[in-house]
This record gives sequence, structure tokens and C-alpha cells, in this order.
Amino acid sequence: MTTVPSATTRPAAPVDRRPRFHRLMLSEWTKIRSVRSTVWSLILLVVLDLGFTALFTALTAAQWDKTDPAGRAAVAADPTGTILGSGFFLSQLTVCVLGVMVIASEYSTGMIRASLLAVPRRMSMLAAKSAVFGLLILVLGTVVSFASFFIGAPILHAKAPVSLSDPGVLRAVVGGGVYLALLGLFALAIGGIVRHTAAGITGVIGFVLVLAPLAQLLPGSFGKHVHAYLPSEAGHLIAQAHQGKNDLLTPWQGFGVFCAWTVALLVIAAILLKRRDA
Amino acid sequence: MIEAKNLTKRYGDKVAVNDLSFTVEPGRVTGFLGPNGAGKSTTMRLLLGLDRPDGGDATIHGRHYRELPRPLSVVGALLEARAVHTGRSAYHHLLCLAQTQGIGGRRVDEVIELVGLGDVARKRAGGFSLGMGQRLGIAAALLGDPSVLILDEPVNGLDPEGIMWIRTLMKRLASEGRTVFVSSHLMNEMAVTAEHLIVIGRGRLIADCSTEEFIERSTEQQVVVRSPDAEQLAALIGEEGGKTALDGDGTLTVSNLDAPRIGELAAAGGFVLHELTPRRGSLEEAFMELTRDSVEYGAAPAPHGEGDPR
Repeated sequence: MTTVPSATTRPAAPVDRRPRFHRLMLSEWTKIRSVRSTVWSLILLVVLDLGFTALFTALTAAQWDKTDPAGRAAVAADPTGTILGSGFFLSQLTVCVLGVMVIASEYSTGMIRASLLAVPRRMSMLAAKSAVFGLLILVLGTVVSFASFFIGAPILHAKAPVSLSDPGVLRAVVGGGVYLALLGLFALAIGGIVRHTAAGITGVIGFVLVLAPLAQLLPGSFGKHVHAYLPSEAGHLIAQAHQGKNDLLTPWQGFGVFCAWTVALLVIAAILLKRRDA
Repeated sequence: MIEAKNLTKRYGDKVAVNDLSFTVEPGRVTGFLGPNGAGKSTTMRLLLGLDRPDGGDATIHGRHYRELPRPLSVVGALLEARAVHTGRSAYHHLLCLAQTQGIGGRRVDEVIELVGLGDVARKRAGGFSLGMGQRLGIAAALLGDPSVLILDEPVNGLDPEGIMWIRTLMKRLASEGRTVFVSSHLMNEMAVTAEHLIVIGRGRLIADCSTEEFIERSTEQQVVVRSPDAEQLAALIGEEGGKTALDGDGTLTVSNLDAPRIGELAAAGGFVLHELTPRRGSLEEAFMELTRDSVEYGAAPAPHGEGDPR
């Protein structure tokens, strides 16, 4: 480490003439792929999703004769929802963790200062980060969603046959990827608001896992409504082929509610990012 | 060129930077000096648009940092607190910054070589020593070949060799016509690198002048005189208005009278002189003298950490 090279002035660096936002997205993509923990989390997402799809559908099929008729009817009414839901059960948590980490780890390590020095227009930085992460999870989530369907459907076939060409099924399978992508952005927004990895992950998981059972304890139709409009409860409806008997919202309505949550949180994150000292 | 105009920043009811105005000119190293907690880092964060000032204005080449379209090719900055994701390699850290500016991977390799991190470029930055971290920070600052450099305590954590390296680098960057603005709480470090000084204490401007002038103005000239007739000579000097302090071995330390005059007095009185040496008070003393008030203030209540103002 003794070098003191003489040439610091050189002809101007070769400048990339691609549009600015494209450059920012390229940079955010480099950030994601160059940290080992994000790569592992993505692998975990795939493994957990496909593994649990196989496990849960196999259990459902094996236990079919011992299952009560109501349970059987619920599965038979929407096998797609059962298949995708069993995959998401745990894998959605990796998306939550990743979404928070993608932004909060910049704060915990101090990287955010380097990022904002390079991109002082903070909105652009947040937009590029959200776009890259959202697209990544959308692509991966859709692939995983299809894979999960094609693993689960044959396992359940004898008990509750379902095909991609059945009404609502294709929309639900694609919706699975969309749900994960939106969940990722939801988590990213919370990560950007709390700026702290552990607190952010706790917050998102609280929203996704803890709030829903709690809301079910609320009495009467009030509790039912609160529960239905919770982000993840509303959001995962898009990954069902039909509106369930007990569901207050249709798949598209649920999707709309989840979009509204996510957009609202992203707007709050953006305003705070702009206002706060980094 | 960097310009701060009436810059003010409060954190809660603490005033970190108080109505601070100064200009940093290109072509020379300008030292930004002040005791810990004086507001140096905060000022730099304001210049770089990381923090929003409560009053006043900070511009670089007449524009706000946030308005620079490709900021890294105008300003290179090294922040005191680390600004690197610990899980990312040095190469990818620099690459993701370079990509935002449309700078290619070749330049990334260049700056890695320039700061001497070639052997560890693919290793995770989390495992870097303090000195390697500083070098990586400097690599990031040089990435866009900027005309302005803002370096917060760059010698922190560097070994003597690294300190020599950064001094040489800063001087060379300045000689190439760039604006080099470097903070330190070490007066002696600044004395050997900076041509110009901006000194602050408690967020206020204390001095803005050349390093030489600063030393001149704030240190007392003393003359060391050794003579077998020290006592008689001391009396004579006293009559001329000089102040003397006599050591046991016949060494006088004279203030308030310059060396030629003492020599003339000795010659006129026929005293033998063994030594006649003009001596400046140390820069560190001058600095401590100047900033004493602010340090005393800062030491009494819980010191306000300037690295992380939250």
C-alpha cells in the first residue's frame, strides 16, 4: 500500500450517456447482487416457497380422508389458493426481511451517506431502489408462483383437480408474484420510515403475522372489517382464484387495498427521506 | 470554490453551526480546524446536502450540492463516519457509486490502484482496518475526478506511511488547481499540509487566514539566549522592556524583544553569547489558546458528538 501514483488527472472518465434513471437502477441492482445476505435471502425465498408447497399439499392430500367435510370443501373450492398459500406461508417472510434490509441496512452501515452523495436527489434514489427491488421480486415471485402451482397441482390432483385454464387460476398464479412484489415494497417503505433493520423487520412481521390474528379477536363486523382491510390479508386475495365464502373483498378489491397501503407508506417514506437529515 | 454564507444548524436547542461564513478557494489546501465538537463535520454535511441548514446557504461553484446533476464529478467527499456497506466488496461499493454517475468500471479499477487497495478490492469492506477504510473512502472521493474535495479528518486511523501518502496526495490535488477542503482537530497536521486555515469553535468562525499569518498572529515570538553572563544580560533586557525567564544552566527565554535587538544589547554590553535562537510558540499552543473558550464550554456539559448528531 505504498503507491503514490502520479496521474490523478486524466482525460475525463468515459461517460455513460444512458438516461439518468437507468443509471440509478443499474446502481441499485449492483447493490442488491453484491451483498451476500440478499442473495441468500432470495435463494431462501425459492427454497421455502417450493418446499412448503410440496410439504403442505402432500399433507393435505395424505390427510384428505381424515379431514372434515368443511375443510375439504374449502380446499376443493379453491385449490389454487391452497397451493399458493402454503408456499407463501413462510417465504413471504423472507420478502419482508429483504424489503426492510434493502434500505435499512444502508442506514445501519452508513452506506446511505455515500448513496445520497452520489444521488442527492433523494426521491430518485428511493424510486430507483423501489423499482429495482419491486421488479426483482415480481420476476422471482412470478417464477416461484408458477413453479409452486405446477408442484402443488399434481399432488392435489386426485382430491381437488385444478388446471391453469380454469377460471381465475392464471390470474391467481400471476397474482402470487404480484403479491410478493407488493409485499416487498410495503416492507421497503417501512424500512425507509424506521431506518433501523431490526425495528423494521419487527414492524413488518407485526403487520403481516401478528395484527391479523389480533384483529380477528375484535368483536362483530367491526373486527371482521378491520381484519379484511389489513395489508397482507387484503393483499394475498389476488393469489386466490375466487372470492372465498367468508371473504369480504374480491381478489381485485383486496389487491387495491394492499396497493393503497403500500403507496401510502411509500409516500410517507419519501416525505421523511426528503425532510430528514441523512 | 466552496462558499458558506451565514450557515446555521441546530440540533434541538444545541447550536452546532452558528452564522458561519467563509470561502474556500481553489489551488490550495484549506484546513478546517477546530476542537472536537466545534461543528466541522456538521458544516461539511451542510455543504454536501446531507443535512439541511436552519439558516444561511452553502454552495459549491455557486450551486447547491443537491442541484448538481453528476455530483461525484464535481465534488469528492470523505466523511468522518464510515459510509460503506460492510457486506459489500470495495470494488462493488465503488462500482455502485460509479454507475449512478455513468462512470465505467475501468475508472473503479483505477482509483482502487490509486489508493493502493488492489489486493483487497474483492474482499468485504467489513473486514477492513480503519486505515483501509479511509483509503476506500478516498477512492470513492476521487471516483469522479472532481474539482472540489471535501475531506473530513482524512488522516484518522492511518499509519505514518498512510499519513505521508494522504499529505502528498492533498498537496498534489491542490497543485492541479482543485479546491481541497480538509478538516482536522490536530493543529500540527494542518500546519504541514494546509496553506490556508479556517478555524472554528462552538460553531463560530474564529480565524480565516493563511496558516503563516495564523501562526504569526497567535503565537508569541520568543528568543532563546545562552550566555555565561545570563543574569546581567537578563537585567539589561529587562530595562529594554523584554521579559526573561532564566534557567539554571544560563539559558534565558526572552519574549517581547527580538533577536537582533538582543544581539545588539549583548555586543554593546560586551557579553559573550553562546546561542541566540528565535523560536515560535508551537502551533498546537496557539490553537489551544485560540479555542480555549470553546473547549471549556464543550467540556462542561455532555459533549455533543459531532460525528453522529442524532
